[in-house]
Amino acid sequence: MKRPARRPVELVVIGASLGGLDALGVVLAALGPGFPPVAVAQHRSPQGESRLAHLLGRGLAVEVGEVEDKEPLSPGRVYLAPADYHLLVEEGRVALSTEAPVAFSRPSIDVLFESAARAYGPRVVGVLLTASSEDGAEGIAAVHRAGGSTVVQAPKTARSPVAPKAALRLTPGARVLPLEEIGPFLANEVAQAGGRGLKGVQGGAGRR
Amino acid sequence: MTAEGDNPPLPRRRVGTAGEESLEEIELDLLLTAVARRYGYDFRQYSPASLHRRVQRAMVEERLDTLSALQERLLHEPEALQRFISHLSVHVTSMFRDPQVYRALRKQVVPLLRTWPFVRIWHAGCATGEEVYSLAILLHEEGLLDRCRIYATDLSDELLEQANAGAYPLSVMRRYTANYLASGGREEFSGYYTADHKNAVLRDDIRRPIVFSQHNLVSDGSFNEFHLIMCRNVMIYFDKQLRDRVLELFHDSLVLFGVLGLGQRESLRFTPRFESYQPLADESLRLYRRVR
Repeated sequence: MKRPARRPVELVVIGASLGGLDALGVVLAALGPGFPPVAVAQHRSPQGESRLAHLLGRGLAVEVGEVEDKEPLSPGRVYLAPADYHLLVEEGRVALSTEAPVAFSRPSIDVLFESAARAYGPRVVGVLLTASSEDGAEGIAAVHRAGGSTVVQAPKTARSPVAPKAALRLTPGARVLPLEEIGPFLANEVAQAGGRGLKGVQGGAGRR
Repeated sequence: MTAEGDNPPLPRRRVGTAGEESLEEIELDLLLTAVARRYGYDFRQYSPASLHRRVQRAMVEERLDTLSALQERLLHEPEALQRFISHLSVHVTSMFRDPQVYRALRKQVVPLLRTWPFVRIWHAGCATGEEVYSLAILLHEEGLLDRCRIYATDLSDELLEQANAGAYPLSVMRRYTANYLASGGREEFSGYYTADHKNAVLRDDIRRPIVFSQHNLVSDGSFNEFHLIMCRNVMIYFDKQLRDRVLELFHDSLVLFGVLGLGQRESLRFTPRFESYQPLADESLRLYRRVR
């Protein structure tokens, strides 16, 4: 099947579980204040603490918040899935769901990515970081099929390589990057498409 | 149950020339229209992201390959409808989900409820009943259950049947017990149920004040006046327009100074009804008191 032509990046979705907080911090630090909206499914316990967004957002140029239902997606903001909900996106806004956990996870990375693939197609970038189950592999495949670009953290640099490896088995065409190059790559993708959100891009980003 | 009027709202989709819509979007629109016209269940104002997922799930469970095939089955086999509705209404919750809310219900809402001689409560979208029974247990401990009547409604007859049975797998009881204790529960939680070989069945006196019945928030009106309405994580499945309409329904069904409880990530802020309510205690608990 022919993949649709690339279009400017309007949304980035990121999935992670074990070791995800540190990895997320590294990626988000590269993003500038006008960067397109970023939706994040980070596995967490159902009674998850609400300080997660605060911890994650310290010192960043983008603003991190736990999602409220039907919140509009705006640039410069990171939308963190709340504990015990699935996070989904539709055109221009987020949606929440309490349907059953997928592969024991709520939020589920696959659920977020599949919704993003459906709503944003070639305008989304899917990023799968360290994660200790296979959740996210199907999601990367869905984003890829819909014409979006996909980035998988190089398994060697991942605290848990299970999800990255599973994703690469399913989608060999996904781009593999070491953790520290993912943020600059995203910033560069957006800058090249004429978007804003570049923050001190240095060499080495955007390798093809 | 009534069907929509002559001019049902148009399904959301980008207006475009022929060919811009995906085949799946076309099939989904047709299927939802068919179900609305044939049975009066109108899902066209459901929020698309999870609706897509769950209709797909229904298709797979029916062992069909296309949404068109699912549409045909639904039109010609009415018994498939309840299964379809169950697929679209499944929320998976637990007893005393968000224990801090139950703590606030105990501390902040129960004293208000005590001021009325008889208390009517509407739990809208009760699904399999876990949260309704949690509320009943709380009211029992506060000595209030005897003068309460709890109306628990859901769209799905199948889910209501499960809820009415008041039986939950023993395997989840440990988690529920932890939630109960975190919510400020004071008793031995296991005293509230009897265990058979695999289920915990809730005690009769906890179940008796609860009336389970079918109600469709999309098309059915108000059926009483209530002192407390709980509707948690239900309107997350609706688009904004439908959500606002359902909030009007609740407003019309709530006594002055009655309380409306929403899910932890839902808010009255940015809705047309925000001015009519005041948050009780911390707004993050999403318990709102009607003040006008």
